[in-house]
Amino acid sequence: MTSASPPLLSIEHLTKAYPGVVANSNVSFAIQPGEVHALLGENGAGKSTLVKMIYGLVKPDSGAMHLMGEPYAPHEPSEARRRGVAMVFQHFSLFEALDVAENITLGMEDPPKRRDLAERIRTVSHEYGLPLDPSRLIGELSAGERQRVEIIRCLLQNPKLLIMDEPTSVLTPQEVDILFTTLRTLSSEGTAILYISHKLEEIRALCDAATVLRLGKVVGECTPRESTAREMAELMVGGSLHTPERAPGAEPGDVLVEMKNLSLPSPTQFGTSLKDVSLQVRSGEVMGIGGVAGNGQDELLSVISGEAPVAPGHLFVDGEDIGPLGPEARRRLGVLTAPEERLGHAAAPDMSLVENAALTAITREKLAKNGFLDWGATRSFAERIIQSFDVRTPNADVAARALSGGNLQKFVIGREVLQKPRVLVVNQPTWGVDAAAAASIRQALLDLAQGGSAVIVISQDLDEIMEVADRFAALNGGKLSAPRLTQGLTIDEIGLMLGGAHDMEKAHAAE
Amino acid sequence: MIRLEKRPTPSKMWTYLTPIVAVLLTMIAGGLMFAALGKNPVEAIRTIFYDPLFNEQFAAYSRPQLLVKAAPLILIAIGLSLGFRAGVWNIGAEGQYIIGAVVGGGVGLAFYPSGSPLIFPLMIVAGGIGGWAWAMIPGLLRVWFNTSEILVSLLLVYVAEQILASMSLGLMRNPEGGGFPGSRNFQQWDAVANVELIPGTGMHWGVVAAFLAVIGAYVLLAKHVLGYQIRLTGAAPRAARFAGVSPSRLILTCMGISGALAGLAGLFELTGPAGQISIDFNSGYGFTAIIVAFLGRLHPVGILLAGLLMALTYIGGELAQFMLSVPAAAIQAFQGMLLFFLLAVDVLTNYRIRLARTDTKTGAA
Repeated sequence: MTSASPPLLSIEHLTKAYPGVVANSNVSFAIQPGEVHALLGENGAGKSTLVKMIYGLVKPDSGAMHLMGEPYAPHEPSEARRRGVAMVFQHFSLFEALDVAENITLGMEDPPKRRDLAERIRTVSHEYGLPLDPSRLIGELSAGERQRVEIIRCLLQNPKLLIMDEPTSVLTPQEVDILFTTLRTLSSEGTAILYISHKLEEIRALCDAATVLRLGKVVGECTPRESTAREMAELMVGGSLHTPERAPGAEPGDVLVEMKNLSLPSPTQFGTSLKDVSLQVRSGEVMGIGGVAGNGQDELLSVISGEAPVAPGHLFVDGEDIGPLGPEARRRLGVLTAPEERLGHAAAPDMSLVENAALTAITREKLAKNGFLDWGATRSFAERIIQSFDVRTPNADVAARALSGGNLQKFVIGREVLQKPRVLVVNQPTWGVDAAAAASIRQALLDLAQGGSAVIVISQDLDEIMEVADRFAALNGGKLSAPRLTQGLTIDEIGLMLGGAHDMEKAHAAE
Repeated sequence: MIRLEKRPTPSKMWTYLTPIVAVLLTMIAGGLMFAALGKNPVEAIRTIFYDPLFNEQFAAYSRPQLLVKAAPLILIAIGLSLGFRAGVWNIGAEGQYIIGAVVGGGVGLAFYPSGSPLIFPLMIVAGGIGGWAWAMIPGLLRVWFNTSEILVSLLLVYVAEQILASMSLGLMRNPEGGGFPGSRNFQQWDAVANVELIPGTGMHWGVVAAFLAVIGAYVLLAKHVLGYQIRLTGAAPRAARFAGVSPSRLILTCMGISGALAGLAGLFELTGPAGQISIDFNSGYGFTAIIVAFLGRLHPVGILLAGLLMALTYIGGELAQFMLSVPAAAIQAFQGMLLFFLLAVDVLTNYRIRLARTDTKTGAA
């Protein structure tokens, strides 16, 4: 901000309040041309709202923005795009049944002829080391490739500012490297990048400057290269951070969960089939299963939860064949799961937390007598979850959808953990959860294993797996690799187990 | 610019206010329609909503009719509402109503002219089973072959109507009826006549059954695990499967309950107000009950009130037809408006209207 040239984007005293919460309060910072600027903050810190205001999706209540010295107040994203601001969302807006070029056409105001567009897609994607075939169907692409489509879509507009919301959450480590190379190229050409992430090591590797938000306010600025990840995390949380601890020396016990050559055909065209999955998890052990989203994680969880029953002879818990059993029968045996999708799968959005507490706990917590629900007991169970897992909510009667993603995740994990499972499978347990809450969720998982349960953690977050898991296996295209001890495993080795960079190395080698 | 903004939690106030607003809007729009037909709108609305209950001349006849008309509507709508809540769309209650009456009536006629007090209860059971079985057809087809229960249940109404016609002309025709179509009159058979229990109220066994259904459904939804599973399936089908609810079993349960209640309604109508199996025995209760279910917010108490309101528009509508010579189609349109406005206003439960005036302000800056 002290530099002589005017900043590319300056944000001055932006405030945005929603009924009941102030999402952004008096936020000011500036982004220089060509700068990679990190926006850091816990969930609910106001990052999304701020970015939506920059991209014209949300109107600020007060405050102003200037883009290259000119007043900037976009009414809608198309105006933002015209002014040179582009955004890659965390969740892709792509149609699986259309091809790459068709999808890119959809976002354009004045699309060129298909042949010209295909040529431009090839040129631009090659130039930035993100090769893309314009005629491939989105449904056939990996998550990393889909993200490339979104990035190319933005780059075709020659943006001056590129906003990226949690871009690496779906990438393998090798793909992350390629993305960073691309972003550095862009930055050296003068394109500024506003980079939102909670992965602090990435921010240290990539970003020139960082603005930290907490509870809607700017609480600090730092130069990531000169700060430690811990310092930044503590700035985000506003206190010291607790690192989950593993009690040493616990020997794994008997085999609790066993999968033998388990296969499951995909229920939908674009789903992933599980192919010949075999795995043993012992009591007292945390098994980490890594992999980029869409490689069979949901399917693996549904096989264990009982939503997708399998033929006898493939799935055993404590020696008992549970393959054909439904979810309730499995819960009776102590097999609990927490799916990734919180709204609509792990919880019913429009039902209250009390009602959602009953969702999986009727059997184990004995919440029903003679078929009649005991709402008093259910309520106290819900309140126990809220208290033990620090779920921030006015009371237990609010609808699940009113909670922030991280808070609902705490509720869902808490609901399963408090039922004292013998086997617990969680999919993306800390996805979208802030650092402090993530630490407490991981600690709860470790404590559970310590108590003799078998815990399977399915996660895209490799740091998370390294932190909690005793052994690691990679899920790639529905196949599970042979597990390896996490101790001594390097990130590079893991990356290769995850299937490397999906043919991306070739492109770079060719340059 | 008007925008709809999703509420974080559904508005409690609007949940209760919606039906009232919908009724008021229906009165306004209906009044306009009556005015366009050249009738005095105020008088028409008064004839429909006020006269049946309070006009000295008509109330003595109309008031008991309220319960008589409302009972089958409520009984059927309660059953339908359970399915609707779970996303199981039984549209064919009219057919289940007919088959319930035919089966129950047939069982009764097999014992004619016995005076045993057991026949009436037996007919009630048979009526329920008849409706249940007719509803199982779309239910099982859905579970086995994933057919649309909406289409199958609806089309089975027309099959049921043919069976009804065939029965009243053939197998069940009154042998002492001089060749006229239609069965024996159950009202004239003391052992099974579904008579008024309290004189002057219109209260017959069907009304008792309707009240019991309201209480039963209320307890089921509020307290029972099955009711919880029904609500959960409607709110989030994937979460329900995760919770361990078997979709097939739930579909069959909901279809079964709604079919059985429709069958019961048919039987009580047969042995009571209608009296006999005849070609035109069914009078659209099964379809109107769909409106009643939604008008009552799929809530048992709401359905009770909605059933009474809908019965009022029936009785008042008839009154308006012969007092003001309003065409019958106008009365049906009037009832249709009620559902239309209800669904339209219903949006406000989950969304709020925002007048986005701030847009123009920042736009000028």
